[in-house]
Amino acid sequence: MENAAYSQDLAAVWLTLKLASIVTVLLLIVGTPIAWWLARTRSAWKGVIGAVVALPLVLPPTVLGFYLLVAMGPNGPVGQLTQSLGLGILPFTFPGLVIASVLYSLPFVVQPIQNAFEAIGERPLEVAATLRASPWDAFWSVAVPLARPGFLSGAILGFAHTVGEFGIVLMIGGNIPGKTRVVSVQIYDHVEALEYTQAHWLAGGMLLFSFSVLLALYTLNPSRRKAL
Amino acid sequence: MSAEIQARFCLPRGDFRLEVDLCLPGHGISALFGHSGSGKTTCLRAMAGLERAAQGYFAIGNEVWQDEAQGHFLPPHQRALGMVFQEASLFAHLSVRRNMEYGQKRVQTSAPASERRFALPEVAELLGITHLLERSTRQLSGGERQRVAIARALLAAPKILLLDEPLAALDLKRKLEILPYLERLHGELSIPVIYVSHSPDEVARLADHLVLLEQGQVVASGPLNEVLSRINLPAAFVDDAGVVIEARIAEHEKDELTRLEFTGGLIYVSRRQEPIGTLLRCRIHARDVSLALVPQVQSSILNCVSGTVLDLAPTDTPGHVLVRLDVAGCPLLARITRRSADKLGIRQGLALWAQIKAVALLD
Repeated sequence: MENAAYSQDLAAVWLTLKLASIVTVLLLIVGTPIAWWLARTRSAWKGVIGAVVALPLVLPPTVLGFYLLVAMGPNGPVGQLTQSLGLGILPFTFPGLVIASVLYSLPFVVQPIQNAFEAIGERPLEVAATLRASPWDAFWSVAVPLARPGFLSGAILGFAHTVGEFGIVLMIGGNIPGKTRVVSVQIYDHVEALEYTQAHWLAGGMLLFSFSVLLALYTLNPSRRKAL
Repeated sequence: MSAEIQARFCLPRGDFRLEVDLCLPGHGISALFGHSGSGKTTCLRAMAGLERAAQGYFAIGNEVWQDEAQGHFLPPHQRALGMVFQEASLFAHLSVRRNMEYGQKRVQTSAPASERRFALPEVAELLGITHLLERSTRQLSGGERQRVAIARALLAAPKILLLDEPLAALDLKRKLEILPYLERLHGELSIPVIYVSHSPDEVARLADHLVLLEQGQVVASGPLNEVLSRINLPAAFVDDAGVVIEARIAEHEKDELTRLEFTGGLIYVSRRQEPIGTLLRCRIHARDVSLALVPQVQSSILNCVSGTVLDLAPTDTPGHVLVRLDVAGCPLLARITRRSADKLGIRQGLALWAQIKAVALLD
């Protein structure tokens, strides 16, 4: 009985780390071009796109989760697409959870990277252009290295925020052991079952983890405190 | 090597409009001079392709980088140019050496060997930065940063070097530290340099060709002294009127004076350190020149040369006129009161003596 409970806790921890790692990588891939565009565009759409990206900061996770559930469900546009591609339906699966988490944590990655790109300004890229670097080359050889603190903050925040999410996991992922049951949901289960000892272990672990992450962020990278 | 530079840009920016049509020599230093807001930096950026003029043409020799009439525009990274900005924009994430290699590496992969003109050790030596190569850019002084930026630009095998007020962000001491290197470049570079500046002293010291810009328009363009000795320039430039003469050190005399010789005669200045034979550029302000009909022997002013009046023109102040003299082929400007001009009967062809109260040696 004890062992089974522990292995369930471990499975939840493992699943959480797996989810957060995959989501962080995807967030960097998706977030970087958005951040680059937001940092450099003079388009009238900048405000609109910026606001859409920032929405998860203020929306209750249930609202985002609800719309995603509808969209990815059997009758939703995304659901129909995934079905026609033979992928089945995403809600209550790990891939569905990944997609929801990416959307939910997007602002935490985009904003620090965007701030870093904005801080670099136009000049280093102009210099690179006069030194024969194409825009693509200059992006990788100048903009990305100079924005490194922003990428670091973005990755840490994205990872930590994904580890800490709860509402959207319940809405999209449900509570399937080994598949979608992450630590935050596991704690909820323990508390519901009045298993306070196990809840303490996991909750304490989360507290320690979150504190360490923020400590690292603040001490390694003092200038980016604003990113929060 | 000495392919001419053709630059025509029409670039409206809100209230401001840059409209230039320039033909610059393909060697030596051409200065774009004007007050802030005159469009000199915009003009330089247009040459680099960092600003795209809807109506624009830019060519070095037979290499056309922009010809909007043909819909042709090379982006900056495809132009063989070197550019140095007002503030040294070294890449903070790279060491001095890696900064210098940034452009060099990219040229070597894209250009034939014949285009590579400089080697890194040679350029580092030329700019006196060999001892800094392994440092981080954060450890450099302002003057050192600018020298690294110039070296980095040269290593990208440019066909033209564009300098946007490279000294403006430096204090006087750093300026004096970097100017000799720019003069060295002047002597050793075979490529043309376009130098944007609002400092008359820098221009007088470095330029061979001078372009005066005002409100986006070219008011004068020509060899340095020809432009400087024009007396019909707009008011904004008259205040600083004066000429630059190139003189050779003839002798260091016993009483701590150095005698300089130029085509128009002799001038004495305070004792110089340079050896005999060195060429120096001196600037003589129009306001430091007074005129007399006979040589003034009973005067404390040492420097006195004879010349003839070419013409005279009004200045920005109604009581003063500007007189242009020919001193054995050398132009000289004198700013005197209209009353004195009338009293002396100054007119074209009159022979007289010019007393030079001060000679500014450009260093």
